[in-house]
Amino acid sequence: MKDKNTLTRFLLEQIQTIAPDSDTDNLDPDEDMRDELDLDSMDFLRLLESISKQLSVNIPEVDYNKITTLNNMVNYIQAIAR
Amino acid sequence: MNHTEQLTYREAMREAIREAMQQDPSVFLMGEDVGHYGGCYAVSKGLLQEFGESRIVDTPLSESGFVGAGIGAAMGGMRPIVEVMTVNFSLLALDQIVNNAATLRHMSGGQLGVPLVIRMATGSGKQLAAQHSHSLENWYAHVPGIKVLAPATIADARYMLAMALVDPDPVLIFEHVMLYNRKEAVPKADDCPAMDQAVVRQQGSDITLVSYGGSLFKTLAAAEALTEQKISAEVIDLRSLRPLDTQTLFSSVNKTHRLLVVDEGWRTGSLAGEICALVAEHCFWALDAPPQRVCSQEVPIPYPKHLEIAATPQVEHIVTTAKQIVYR
Amino acid sequence: MKTITMPSFGADMEQGKVAEWNIKPGDTVHRGDIIATIETMKGLIDMEVFDDGIVEQLLVQAGSEVPVGEPIATLRLLGEVAVETPQIKTTPVEKSEKPSTPLYANNEADYTTPVSTPPSETTAAISTQPHLETAQQAISLISPAARYQAEQQGFDWRTLPMGTGPNGAIVLADIQRYFQAEKSDLNATTPVKKHTHIEHDENEQKMRQAIAAVVSQSKREIPHYYLNQDISLTHALQWLQHYNETQPPESRLLINALIYCAIAKALQKFPTFNGFFQNNRFQPAEQVHLGNAINLRQGGLMVAAIHNAATLTPVTMMEKLKDQVIRAREGHLTMSEMQDATVTISNLGDRGSDAILGVIFPPQVALIGVGRVREVAWVENHIIKPVTIVSMSLAADHRVTDGHDGARLLSKINKLLQKPEQLT
Repeated sequence: MKDKNTLTRFLLEQIQTIAPDSDTDNLDPDEDMRDELDLDSMDFLRLLESISKQLSVNIPEVDYNKITTLNNMVNYIQAIAR
Repeated sequence: MNHTEQLTYREAMREAIREAMQQDPSVFLMGEDVGHYGGCYAVSKGLLQEFGESRIVDTPLSESGFVGAGIGAAMGGMRPIVEVMTVNFSLLALDQIVNNAATLRHMSGGQLGVPLVIRMATGSGKQLAAQHSHSLENWYAHVPGIKVLAPATIADARYMLAMALVDPDPVLIFEHVMLYNRKEAVPKADDCPAMDQAVVRQQGSDITLVSYGGSLFKTLAAAEALTEQKISAEVIDLRSLRPLDTQTLFSSVNKTHRLLVVDEGWRTGSLAGEICALVAEHCFWALDAPPQRVCSQEVPIPYPKHLEIAATPQVEHIVTTAKQIVYR
Repeated sequence: MKTITMPSFGADMEQGKVAEWNIKPGDTVHRGDIIATIETMKGLIDMEVFDDGIVEQLLVQAGSEVPVGEPIATLRLLGEVAVETPQIKTTPVEKSEKPSTPLYANNEADYTTPVSTPPSETTAAISTQPHLETAQQAISLISPAARYQAEQQGFDWRTLPMGTGPNGAIVLADIQRYFQAEKSDLNATTPVKKHTHIEHDENEQKMRQAIAAVVSQSKREIPHYYLNQDISLTHALQWLQHYNETQPPESRLLINALIYCAIAKALQKFPTFNGFFQNNRFQPAEQVHLGNAINLRQGGLMVAAIHNAATLTPVTMMEKLKDQVIRAREGHLTMSEMQDATVTISNLGDRGSDAILGVIFPPQVALIGVGRVREVAWVENHIIKPVTIVSMSLAADHRVTDGHDGARLLSKINKLLQKPEQLT
């Protein structure tokens, strides 16, 4: 999953599963996604869980501030996976 | 007197009379056999020796006569205590009580009062058959102008009389014959609240059991049996049958939503019926079940022991009816 | 024979769809078994059975919409003999061991008034025509107290199933049971969270009416008092950070798990905040069942009871919270989760306002508000420093407790959060 588009699509799918009604189509990839999609801490944790299980990427709590937007998150995961 | 010392209902009543006579020279006791014989239930035993014949007066067998004399004495400034053997015999004095004692304050425009206390025995249980066993207190509770008390506890027996004597109008005190031998620890004056107040003898939440006089202890026993079956019964002792303390009654029914009245009188036209009607009028929206009554069977109280028991309210009957009301 | 009816999950619920049957005739069921999934406008709810017995008949097919209170199945209770001809049964005997009380009769023969037997609600028509007719034709018996209470709480008692009183009369206890069930729903729609969608105007309006009835009743009858305390989360967050460092995301804890544990343990120490005020007296609950608000996202909230919350550790609490969020959104909360809460937590989450002062859900006697976890300037030992805090509030029933007790409760929660290692 090195491809940026594939990774983005994967993340949006996961968000849809966790928060079925969220308007991911109109998400600005550079805005705070928790604010934009109204994800609470439990939703966010479940997203990280999916990422950890399916991509084997473990994001520590200290790095949460580096993954606030969709683009940040994609870049972060790509960097770690490399 | 130490705290563990006990007093019977009979002794409590005697103490009450003795105290009243010691404190107020205008108080005197009269009735059939109250002097030399000591009272037919031995309440006044020994008082003749203590107070003499002018204040402990044996009367002829004439209820109408001596109750009338009591009324006259009361109007003349005395504070008489008149003992009538049983409520059955008091019917001979019904004219004096209802037509005179109860009416004079009203008919004189308030100029005359009859501060008279009439004590009488009531109820069944001693195999005295149909002319000595009835519970007719409700007939008196029907009449405006008089007050009707039914002390059940030793404290009430001991301290209600003084309150009745203070009252400016006629007060009738009904003493259930099965209570005379009951014993309790010697009470304090504080144990007896104002005479027109009903008392919650046991707190509960599922059903209100209302009773008075001789039925109170059967009702308390029933409440205990109900507790074992996880039904929490509140027991109200009316104490005063006229006036009725409706406030205590209503607040209990509003809490428990269910009512059972235990009354040794006959069901038809009973005080129990009056209480059910009051509750239906005032607590209708709080009721979760139809109010019920446990009363005596509509027969003259029989002489044989087993029939006397069968004819009058008993603990099992109260328990069964309460369970039907609570529907458990 | 026991008739199982469409349950009510709130005053705003008029009917439900039997989405799925988990049982078939002849199956043995035990109290607590999930027998069906019911679809409501709030999603799917797992329906539990309250008796042990054998399923005799399913009266409606999966997929049927059924009004609340309509029979949907019959159960032969253990010990009962099979009914030979279920098609012509007329009287569902609710509880055979009870004495049969003639409703209008007097105990004495001389005074007996004619006994009228009210028509039964369950008739032969039901099994063939699972529709409205029967309930409307039957005379519903209800006690004055039950009727008054139902009207006070704003629901139509005519829609309720047969009660547990004599001849199926609805009595006070039945209303209180339905109200218990309803309360989680009303909780669920407290306007502290915005609805993302207004799906059905009509549903929305009914829901508002139901909320209006309960919050009005609460404010009319419950003398609320309010307390607020800022609680430093420095220690709790340090402990959490340390714990989470070594954990993969699926095992990490959220600060809420610690906060809920502290609240539950404190409530156990102060039982006068945990229970119900009914019939003019307070009855403490034996266990702490925390009512936890869950945002359903597609509209509204649900309040699910976290059972025996005081016995949970932050780890098991986190598992419960996560499990409930997932099940709530997938529609697999159980009836007991919907009905059992003894106290409520109103949590604004990490993106809400600083603090909330809530409305108690009767007959509960307390509501604990948890504000947004936020950083403030905090003075400690004459030094101002940035500290992450949470504002915790208490709305409590003054008939049961006083401000002094409430302050002690909040102070206990504070103390517990200062020693998070002791919550485990």
